[in-house]
Amino acid sequence: MAHAATIDSTHDEHAHGGHPPTSTGLDHKKIAIWAFIGSECMLFASLISTYLIYKGRSRVGPYPHEACLPPVCATALKPILNIPVTSASTFVLLMSSLAMVLALAAVETKDQPKHTFGERLLGNSKLWLFMTALLGTTFLGFQAFEFTSFVHEGLTIRTNLFGSSFFTLTGFHGAHVTAGVLWLLTLLAIDARRGLGPKDALNVDLAALYWHFVDVVWIAIFTLVYLIK
Amino acid sequence: MAHDTHEAAHVDHAAMGIDKEHPTWSTYWKVAVILTLITVVEVWIYYIPSFTASRLFVPSLLIMSAFKFATVVLFYMHLRYDHRLFRVLFTGPLIIAMTTLIGLLFLFGKLKIGVGAIN
Repeated sequence: MAHAATIDSTHDEHAHGGHPPTSTGLDHKKIAIWAFIGSECMLFASLISTYLIYKGRSRVGPYPHEACLPPVCATALKPILNIPVTSASTFVLLMSSLAMVLALAAVETKDQPKHTFGERLLGNSKLWLFMTALLGTTFLGFQAFEFTSFVHEGLTIRTNLFGSSFFTLTGFHGAHVTAGVLWLLTLLAIDARRGLGPKDALNVDLAALYWHFVDVVWIAIFTLVYLIK
Repeated sequence: MAHDTHEAAHVDHAAMGIDKEHPTWSTYWKVAVILTLITVVEVWIYYIPSFTASRLFVPSLLIMSAFKFATVVLFYMHLRYDHRLFRVLFTGPLIIAMTTLIGLLFLFGKLKIGVGAIN
């Protein structure tokens, strides 16, 4: 009897792609990434709350949306946020999400025949993974430019409450983007070495979910930090 | 052996929690265009002084931002198409996070009932 159960169990494991079935029927890695994303929602909500609570309470400039004039500041300081540059970086991150979703679709349909140039282009997972990593790196470049220009204009993490909460919030987000770029480059290296196919779709999906989450966090930050005066 | 290889070469829809077929690239392009257009509108209204001074400015930005957020989550993160457990795992903490954020803003006097704007 016990022998029969073992045989059944082994058969069942093979039926589920070589690993034992889970109680939910879903892969644990995918459940874990969604749970992780849920916890990240709370992390970023706390950082955004801190920024919004401290907003407008800085005693010295520079300020995000208002000029700082003497005698509050030693010299007149312009509003520090650069909306055109940040709008461009927001567009870059949105496009990186498009590239990411195309990379996942390319991996999922790798085994399907491709006849036209368009189908071959859309089915090129290496291209879309590379584009996603490149756009993510471009976003980081925009952030490095922004941080450097802020420091040159006299705003550091120690200058005022705005500087402390702004650099903490956007710095945390930038660190997440950096981790995402490293993850994408790892997938790109695997794709270049042995090729990613439909059996790897779950692993690419996990990276895609993380990347899109980083994007949606920026959607919130762009509105709450940059656009709302 | 050949049978095993053939089995492994397909996406494991059940393990990935894919309830409905994911959209095609044409849907993804349309979503990207919509997201870009909303971002353009957000930045455009930022530069209209009469609108930024009005009471509609903050609510309209928040609505557009929430729409973009939901669009990415539903279409790019496939929450519209995947298993409902993922929806629970995401929306549960999101509701807790939003409630905490709004509660803190009330607590620190950044939101006032009847005003509805972040000061």
